[in-house]
Amino acid sequence: MYELIGLSGPQIVFYIFSSMLVISALMVITVRNPVRAALFLVLAFFSASAIWLLLEAEFLAITLVLVYVGAVMVLFLFVVMMLDINMVPLQEGFTRYLPLGLAIAVIIVFELSLVLGPENFGLEKFAAPAAHTADYSNTKAIGSILYTDYVYPFEVAAVILLVAIIAAIALTFRRRVGTKTQKPEEQVAVRREDRVRLVKMKAEKR
Amino acid sequence: MFELILTIWQDAIALLPDVLQPFAAIISKIVVILMPLIICVAFLTLAERKIIGYMQVRIGPNRVGPRGLLQPFADTFKLMFKEIIIPSNSNKFLFVGAPLITFAPAVAAWAVIPFDEGMALSNINAGLLYVLAITSIGVYGVIIAGWASNSKYAFLGAMRSSAQIVSYEIAMGFALVGVLIASGSLNMHEIVVAQKGSVLNWFALPLFPLFMVYFISGVAETNRAPFDVAEGESEIVAGFHVEYSGMAFAVFFLAEYANMILISALAAIMFLGGWYSPLAGLGVVSDTLFALPYIGWAFDSGFHWLFFKIAFFLLMFLWFRATFPRYRYDQIMRLGWKVFIPITIVWLLVAGVMVLAEIPPWFDKGGLS
Repeated sequence: MYELIGLSGPQIVFYIFSSMLVISALMVITVRNPVRAALFLVLAFFSASAIWLLLEAEFLAITLVLVYVGAVMVLFLFVVMMLDINMVPLQEGFTRYLPLGLAIAVIIVFELSLVLGPENFGLEKFAAPAAHTADYSNTKAIGSILYTDYVYPFEVAAVILLVAIIAAIALTFRRRVGTKTQKPEEQVAVRREDRVRLVKMKAEKR
Repeated sequence: MFELILTIWQDAIALLPDVLQPFAAIISKIVVILMPLIICVAFLTLAERKIIGYMQVRIGPNRVGPRGLLQPFADTFKLMFKEIIIPSNSNKFLFVGAPLITFAPAVAAWAVIPFDEGMALSNINAGLLYVLAITSIGVYGVIIAGWASNSKYAFLGAMRSSAQIVSYEIAMGFALVGVLIASGSLNMHEIVVAQKGSVLNWFALPLFPLFMVYFISGVAETNRAPFDVAEGESEIVAGFHVEYSGMAFAVFFLAEYANMILISALAAIMFLGGWYSPLAGLGVVSDTLFALPYIGWAFDSGFHWLFFKIAFFLLMFLWFRATFPRYRYDQIMRLGWKVFIPITIVWLLVAGVMVLAEIPPWFDKGGLS
């Protein structure tokens, strides 16, 4: 079956997912509806992770789905859905800026082709990565490198992220005085005796 | 009997052309896993109504078939023949696709679940990560359904649900990191094998807080009572699926129950020793029990014990629904962020210390190799 089209099984899978990736990436910047654009971005991440799986980088692939598809894009969608973006003012002056944009795009493509051309990144420059045996664990390989050779950069990156989280909260958090808010800890601590009084009384005569 | 079916099946696959053989083998395995799952989902809906009925001193459905046993089929046929109404100005493609996006992850995650020694569709290295990643996709179905319905109630339900699921996924992931530390592997099969021995070897004991956090987060992840604010029928009608009818609604329903079974199976595998029998490792007692003629296998480890454990967790799901009032939204958030995440972080440290100190009977096998 594979011989008919001159491609091996992994190649077919690669072309399917890479064309999905390119098409969905194009759709992200062309569709008008921001929610649809975000959903196409999800599809792009998903296709990229499938391509990483082909590289036997299962940890990175699954983490891409877990972190970007499962968490980041959910929050992104959350925000985009609540915004009522009016696209008309955003598209004003499209034709006016088109020549400038095109010129910049052509320059960028030219520069990239200089660096990323076949003389530097051609197929013959790099041998195909050797296939690993069945007991190879990408997770274990990444873990052992991350916690030996790169342990300080890794820890520093973690601390920087923590600082960023705290800074973001500290900058945006403002305590408004005089508002009435519920205090869940008090509500949780309430016992039945505080709220309910059981009264024993005789039945009244009719 | 089992061997006979296996040989017939292998012979049948050998008849196919070479290229199709692996596909046929995989697809037949998928069918073998999914058909019982769908049937379980169907009867879980009946079990829910019956059990909650008995808990509330009612009888529950008893009209269709003997003791109401055919009720799920009646429900299915009713929903199949109902009209699917697509709301005006809704996004049709996403509206129809949303139930499928919810349902697909709920069944795709079963690919790595080991049912017995060496019995899994795919025994991959990063099985635990795969399950986490796949189940995290399910929330898109809810969000898309809420948004594509073009309805305020559905949108509110989707917002509530996505915030809730994102919050509880962190606690759930941390709880599973504890299992990962304890077993020293991401492979589901090895996680179960690390709990071999007696009941005392199950991870539910050393990781008891994580076990509790995992299961409660699982209830929240599946949007089940008491965390079902996404549906919240007293405030927002039926939440994200208020505009759905007929089979589209049925698929949401199926996904919810398939997710319940999945969470139960994962809890059984991670914390209650998967397919291992609770009677194993008792020395003479278990040896005599296992050697009993005809019924000995029922006491020994095997698929049926995983089934019983799943059934136990499912009963808990139904029990919660029958007993607890719905959480208020801010209390859900407080529980997730301020209670569960600190508990998991503290217990991860404790688990790490326990593994380093090689505390028997769980961590003295050299798990970190």
